[in-house]
Amino acid sequence: MTLFSTRDETEVSTTTEPALGGAPAGDGGNRAASGEGLTVRGLHKVLGGRTIIDNLDLQVNEGELVSLLGPSGCGKTTTLRMIAGFLDPDGGSIQVNGREVSHLGAEKRPSAMVFQNYALWPHMTVFKNVAFPLKLRKRPKKEIEERVDAVLELVNLLHHKQSRPARISGGEQQRVALARALVQEPQLLLLDEPLSNLDAKLRVKVREDIRGIQQRLGITTVIVTHDQEEAMSISDRIAVMNAGKIEQFSTPADLYARPRTEFVATFVGSLNRFEGSYRDGRISDGSDVVGVRPEDVKFSREPVPGSLPAVVERVVPRGHFQELFLRREDALLRSFASGESPAVGEAGHALITRAMTFRGDQRVDADQPVNGGQA
Amino acid sequence: MTATVTPRRRKSGPGPAVMLLVGLFVLLMTIFIIGPLVWLGLHAFSESWSYPNLLPSSWTMRWWQVVLSDKSLGVAVQNSLFFAPMTVLLSSIICLPAAYAFARHEFWGRRTFLIGLFATNAFPKMGLFVTIASLFYALNLMNTITGVLIIHILGTVVFMTWIPAAAFAAVPRSLEEAARDAGASKLRVLTSVTLPMAFPGILVAMVMSFLASFDEAQGTYLVGAPVFMTMPTQMYSLVLNYPNQVAAVFSILLAIPSVALMTAAHKHIAGGHLAEGFQIK
Repeated sequence: MTLFSTRDETEVSTTTEPALGGAPAGDGGNRAASGEGLTVRGLHKVLGGRTIIDNLDLQVNEGELVSLLGPSGCGKTTTLRMIAGFLDPDGGSIQVNGREVSHLGAEKRPSAMVFQNYALWPHMTVFKNVAFPLKLRKRPKKEIEERVDAVLELVNLLHHKQSRPARISGGEQQRVALARALVQEPQLLLLDEPLSNLDAKLRVKVREDIRGIQQRLGITTVIVTHDQEEAMSISDRIAVMNAGKIEQFSTPADLYARPRTEFVATFVGSLNRFEGSYRDGRISDGSDVVGVRPEDVKFSREPVPGSLPAVVERVVPRGHFQELFLRREDALLRSFASGESPAVGEAGHALITRAMTFRGDQRVDADQPVNGGQA
Repeated sequence: MTATVTPRRRKSGPGPAVMLLVGLFVLLMTIFIIGPLVWLGLHAFSESWSYPNLLPSSWTMRWWQVVLSDKSLGVAVQNSLFFAPMTVLLSSIICLPAAYAFARHEFWGRRTFLIGLFATNAFPKMGLFVTIASLFYALNLMNTITGVLIIHILGTVVFMTWIPAAAFAAVPRSLEEAARDAGASKLRVLTSVTLPMAFPGILVAMVMSFLASFDEAQGTYLVGAPVFMTMPTQMYSLVLNYPNQVAAVFSILLAIPSVALMTAAHKHIAGGHLAEGFQIK
């Protein structure tokens, strides 16, 4: 496929430079020094007297897919738009594969963006939409045709080549937008809430597609999303953003298991949250915040070491598991349980196997699972 | 016919009173719009037509001969076909950049300027023209092509600015950003995305300007006559100096470019691709 062969050529030409060679992707941040991928340092943006982005640093390795995850207004889209070149930062540097780009206009940057509303040009056919970036680069007609065909095949849309964007479905429009970005063979792919306009079922399919293509092409990618499930399922690493700052930047599993702040713990995954303190498997009065993941609460009929008597208050079926509301003397705990569900009103025992303690938003407990016996 | 009407009624459509009002409205429209046209059409071919007769008593092509063989009328047609396109062209050059600025940029006095454009239409035309005429005398613009063009352009500024401004504003910014992202310069974004997408609106404005210029009589008469007579100004003398029938023939001739233009532009204006192909939440 032309798309891949041309990409290989560019790869070869970059590796002949004195920069370090391309190690396999996804091995943490230890290649940051080589300057490959995206490096953002000290990014700052003030809009209308309000600090939107506060001295932000971000290192995305080559071939890595990173999500900027956060609630609306946290600055994630602003960050992406500054990386893409639609917004001038007030300070800081943006480097793509070691080259400073923050002074360049969007049209001169080696990045390509997929817009939230797809932003397809309605007066052009699918083919012309995808061919436009190549036409701007004055590629020969034959090459344009081959590359557009290749990328349309990649997103499975060859049959809609001559359709107008208005005549195809939302999911297909999304893929055209992706194709239009990929055909540029960008060094950096940016996606702004790419799935938010799709219905739930399509969203899962398209995100798998995006991940699959990203992996096949090994393209450095940044996705903005407010959907933690989406971020968890496709990212190599997630940068959780809050109020213009990155709260934590880590792998999905690590974010979930070892959130560093209360914000991250509540934003990523589900959490039982209590004001108090945690000692010896129970929650008592205190000034800290205690967070317990629902899957770290175990219900059993017989007492186990560290457990407390509990009554099942509510059972919410969640498909392949149930959410139990367990009333203990110290707290009401939510628990995810699989298998046979206990009846409402049933008495038993509930054990907290792991809890997190936050003081002033920061994690303060030693990160060890509490061993109150074998559950 | 009845078969198509019945199911529509079943869908709890408008009541009989509403239907009657609509019918009455359509009838009035027909009388007031089609009526005069029929009258014109008949007159243009009638030898004589006086009050009690329902139709002209005899038919002739004589008036068409009179009009088409008249030298001064030929010149008027030529003049009109020069001034109207020139007006559209110059007005586009002047107004479209302004329209784009109004749509895309926030600047000091933006609203004031926008509303101010209406000023040319807010006062009685004749009064305005008289003042302009005294100014033109001072500037030696009376009886010049430039003078007539200025008068014509003045009458088109409002729609050449407002309508394209709305059309430009309706082009989503993300479509322009996507083009920049794809590598297009600002100029290329304008020619490849913004202008094609705003084109239907611009076309409407151009057609309206053409018609406005084509029909402009008062100012042209004041500034251009007798050196530059256009079709509408020639109408004045025709109505005064010839029988009704010649005026009728001339009216029909005057209508031809308008109808032709509307027909040609119709396809593009009704296309409405402005709303297609991008999703906005």
